[in-house]
Amino acid sequence: MMDYVWLIPLFPLIGFLINGLLGKRLSKNVVGTIGSLAVGLSFLLTLGIFLEFLQLPEGSRVVEKTVFTWISSGSFQAQAAFLIDPLSLVMLLVVSGVSTLIHIYSVGYMHDDPGFYRYFSYLNLFVFNMLILVSANNFLLMFVGWEGVGLCSYLLIGFWYERRSASDAGKKAFVVNRIGDFGFLLGIFIIFWTFGSLNFQEVFAAASHYPVGSAVITAATLCLFLGATGKSAQIPLYVWLPDAMEGPTPVSALIHAATMVTAGVYMLARCSALFVLAPVSMTVVAVVGMLTAFFAATMGMAQFDIKRVLAYSTVSQLGYMVMACGVGAFVSGIFHLMTHAFFKALLFLGSGSVIHGMHGQQDMRHMGGLRKYMPITYWTFMVATLAISGIFPFAGFFSKDEILFYSLVDGHVLYWGIATVAALITAFYMFRAVFMTFHGKERFDHHEVHPHEAPWTMAAPLIILAVLSAVGGLVGFPIIEGAHKFKEFLAPSIATLHPEAHHAMSFEIFMMAFSMSVAGVGIFIAYKFYLKKPDLPARVVAKFPVVYEYIYNKYFVDEFYDAAVVEPVKNGSDFLWHGVDEGVVDGVVNGSAGTVAWISAHLRKLETGFVQTYALAILLGMVLIGGYLIGR
Amino acid sequence: MAVPLSYYLALSVALFALGVIGVIIRRNAIVIFMSIEMMLNAVNLAFIGFADYFKAVDGQMFVFFVLTVAAAEVAVGLALIVAIFRNRGSIYVDDLNILRW
Repeated sequence: MMDYVWLIPLFPLIGFLINGLLGKRLSKNVVGTIGSLAVGLSFLLTLGIFLEFLQLPEGSRVVEKTVFTWISSGSFQAQAAFLIDPLSLVMLLVVSGVSTLIHIYSVGYMHDDPGFYRYFSYLNLFVFNMLILVSANNFLLMFVGWEGVGLCSYLLIGFWYERRSASDAGKKAFVVNRIGDFGFLLGIFIIFWTFGSLNFQEVFAAASHYPVGSAVITAATLCLFLGATGKSAQIPLYVWLPDAMEGPTPVSALIHAATMVTAGVYMLARCSALFVLAPVSMTVVAVVGMLTAFFAATMGMAQFDIKRVLAYSTVSQLGYMVMACGVGAFVSGIFHLMTHAFFKALLFLGSGSVIHGMHGQQDMRHMGGLRKYMPITYWTFMVATLAISGIFPFAGFFSKDEILFYSLVDGHVLYWGIATVAALITAFYMFRAVFMTFHGKERFDHHEVHPHEAPWTMAAPLIILAVLSAVGGLVGFPIIEGAHKFKEFLAPSIATLHPEAHHAMSFEIFMMAFSMSVAGVGIFIAYKFYLKKPDLPARVVAKFPVVYEYIYNKYFVDEFYDAAVVEPVKNGSDFLWHGVDEGVVDGVVNGSAGTVAWISAHLRKLETGFVQTYALAILLGMVLIGGYLIGR
Repeated sequence: MAVPLSYYLALSVALFALGVIGVIIRRNAIVIFMSIEMMLNAVNLAFIGFADYFKAVDGQMFVFFVLTVAAAEVAVGLALIVAIFRNRGSIYVDDLNILRW
């Protein structure tokens, strides 16, 4: 069955072609069925390959399947080939599985949209590229998928292109991602220049002969990490993700929460063999992840748009994953990536269900008390919220606790401290969102808005994701040794920083209890603020106006980038346009043409058209030549 | 009594110069044409003078060539002038400046 791995990305591509070329003439039901079926088949095939893969002996769990030679030029070879190993299989399962659910959900959510077929063709194209990204066996093919998902992200953020803010957000995402992609590409160049190959296995095998901390590997990994900060929305390139919420909500769930934004984390884990050789890069990765986790969490506290809260929460959770990679706990990063895909997709789909039921209202100040109108949405949303807050035994608890644990034992107490504070804030803002949306007074106009539960195409994916969010973490049960199936499974794909130290079980249990109680404190504060004493937030804001001002305006980062980057670039471009292009380049071209025209205007007076003038000229010429010959 | 070579050449130069001046300053195409003939004949005269001087027959042979070419040229040239007159109603070269920019 593994020989058919190329079919996994092919199904969505076929779906994209059918929907993209013929979708206009097909009915909405057919378009939705084709789109969902294409991804569903990929998922089933991935599942089959996964089951077959588990039969393989543990030593030989890395399989490469070459489809054809893509580029062959001199010593440079690039194959269109797939790498089947534990890491890519986990990613394939998460991507195709979550994609299938979100496709089904989209059938209900986008039902009244005139761009229905366009939406599904983009979505299928995205899945195709994402599957290429996670299953490629070399950097170049991975880069193809990497660029492809960026393109689809741009297309889907700007899906409602008639809205100015949406098309602006799409452009912003594209441009910011270009900066990261530039770094990624430079990293690829350095790797090819150093190792003479782009195949993952060959590069990692060759890299193991290099000493720890060698300059070239440090440079390559830093460039690769710049790529990861762009795609995975880390400081300093995270600014596009909150704006990406202009796209349809299922897109936010699929691309900007569950799959595409995790590409950077996947890439870090994939290149773990390089990163462990570059301690400087590892420190940079960990610090950037820590700062992102913390600052994005604080920004999430003061947002009123339900999707923006989730967007900042996504940035923050991605920060956790990156920090985990930075302290060498790549497995924990991927583990959190997986659980996050479940519960964050669920949160977004739940918020989509709320927005759907509220006729497009996204502002939580105009919600409240929705629990009794949409019980399925409420309970599934609650499960996801408990998961992201890290409450036992939901999925997020295991993965987040693991990251906190490793940030303390393998990293630095500072990483752990700040990440713990961020976890507290996470629990606070997530429960703030739940309380403002589903509890309390009904703050909407009953004459205009009639909240209602989602149709079954939307409710079914919610329930499935809720189950996954509840039990998905059990594959990585941390305390009992040997119970961490996830880590054992991923071991062939991931390089380790140093041998696993043994930790006392009591210490691990204490850490768990501590992170649980931290989450509990966050929930309690949210309960106090938004249910018990609804006037308390305003009083706190009044007490710290400056702090609130900064948090509410997201630390003015967008404004700072505008002033420091966008405006200078605009002014520079303006100068290049009007000054250099119009002045110098056009000036040279027009000036030379003008000079020639001026000279001609004078010279053409010699051309009288009278034969006799020419005869005189011939005579004078003859006289001159004759005089020269004679007088010589 | 033999005529000295310098007499021949002096007459030839004078005729040639008259011809050149005619070509350059006259406006009537037929007169210009006649002036060209005069230049040709000035050259013929020089040829004959040299033939006599060197006691060689080559110069006279060239004169015959020139005469035949000149006859052909007259035929073509007059035909052109007639055609121009029919088209434009004038053979004054002042009016024939349509090649100008």
